[in-house]
Amino acid sequence: MNFFTILVGMILVNNYVLAQFLGICPFLGVSKKLDSAVGMGIAVIFVMVLATAATWPIMQILNAWEIGYLQTIVFILIIAALVQFVEMVLKKFIPALHKSLGVYLPLITTNCAVLGVCISNIDAGYGYAESLVNSVGAGVGFLLAMVIFSGMRMKLEGNEAIPKPFQGVPITLVTAAMLSLGFMGFGGLVG
Amino acid sequence: MEKKISKLAILTKGIIKENPVLVLLLGTCPTLATTSSAFNGMGMGIAATAVLICSNIVISILAKLIPDKVRIPCYIVVIAGFVTLVQFIVQAFAEPLYNSLGVFLPLIVVNCIILGRAEMFANKNGVIDSALDGIGMGLGFTLALTVMGAVREIIGNGTIFSSFFLGDPDAFTITIPFVSEHPMMIIALAPGGFFVFACAIAAVNALLARKGKTPREFSCQGCALASMCQQEKCIAELDKAEIKKGVEA
Repeated sequence: MNFFTILVGMILVNNYVLAQFLGICPFLGVSKKLDSAVGMGIAVIFVMVLATAATWPIMQILNAWEIGYLQTIVFILIIAALVQFVEMVLKKFIPALHKSLGVYLPLITTNCAVLGVCISNIDAGYGYAESLVNSVGAGVGFLLAMVIFSGMRMKLEGNEAIPKPFQGVPITLVTAAMLSLGFMGFGGLVG
Repeated sequence: MEKKISKLAILTKGIIKENPVLVLLLGTCPTLATTSSAFNGMGMGIAATAVLICSNIVISILAKLIPDKVRIPCYIVVIAGFVTLVQFIVQAFAEPLYNSLGVFLPLIVVNCIILGRAEMFANKNGVIDSALDGIGMGLGFTLALTVMGAVREIIGNGTIFSSFFLGDPDAFTITIPFVSEHPMMIIALAPGGFFVFACAIAAVNALLARKGKTPREFSCQGCALASMCQQEKCIAELDKAEIKKGVEA
């Protein structure tokens, strides 16, 4: 498969949030403001790529030892350790970046999108480069959805015309449904 | 006698009053992703319930042994172990379900309901109470997923519990007369997931409002990692956290 197809497919067609329902918690929780949405999105791209870079070679080792069934346990531990490590490194060496991304890092440990992308790279049988491209695509798709959605949410805030039971969470979800519907239009883009 | 009532309360609170999906707003990813049919939703619910009960029991036993500082990684290892076990069982006995749940079966590990119950209930309570809590919360989760799956399957496909009997989908399927000839496909697809979930929460909000309770917002209230987030304890307070960090710097 060529890299461009994977990339476009992950960003627009199989968008992790809007088509595959991965990473819904941060999508709904941290999208109230544009800057926090962007910060979270960039942190997710960063961790996704690092996690893929770490888990893919380890899966080859697990397979070589014929203990592939330990995938779930090993992957979640690697991701948790990696996130902690990244936070420590950023804090020590790049404090400015830590200041803007650090808040989101602990939340990413149990973000299903990160574990999801690691597992689906293995399931899809991608090579190392393809896996990395796939992760970048998944992360950028997440960022794109977050940014568009935070713009939509800012318009919703304080709207009194919404029926009472639908105020708050339900109208947010209806908005997400509309956005998801829009993204379905990209369906035919990549075969 | 009083103790018995409280045990019953622990068991039943998760089913309706503190339903993890519809009231606490936890575990939204699997809720949206696996409810394209009633059977998938139920399968996901049962798998998560099994993990939840086992992890609650083990964590309540080990609570005193686990050092406080590394408790979250320890819980995750316990949960991941049981998830692997459940993966094996589902793969062996219900392969169609294993295939249709796909990546969401291993993702039970990061389901906030399970880690949340470990952090908020199992490590403070006894074995029996924790097991009951797991059963109650799990049933609530399963119930919500099954109902949502059924609604989406009826409107989106015109059937209910199709492929209920594994391996032979045509053997037994209840087909709803009019709807199956004119299905609204969109409800079974991704946008429909968001939409049906929105309607379900709106219905719960209306019920809560009638009882004079305020509906929940998406926040850290149920998040298992709230104690681990060193900044402020709430995503909603992210901005405050940034101000505080600015002061420190």
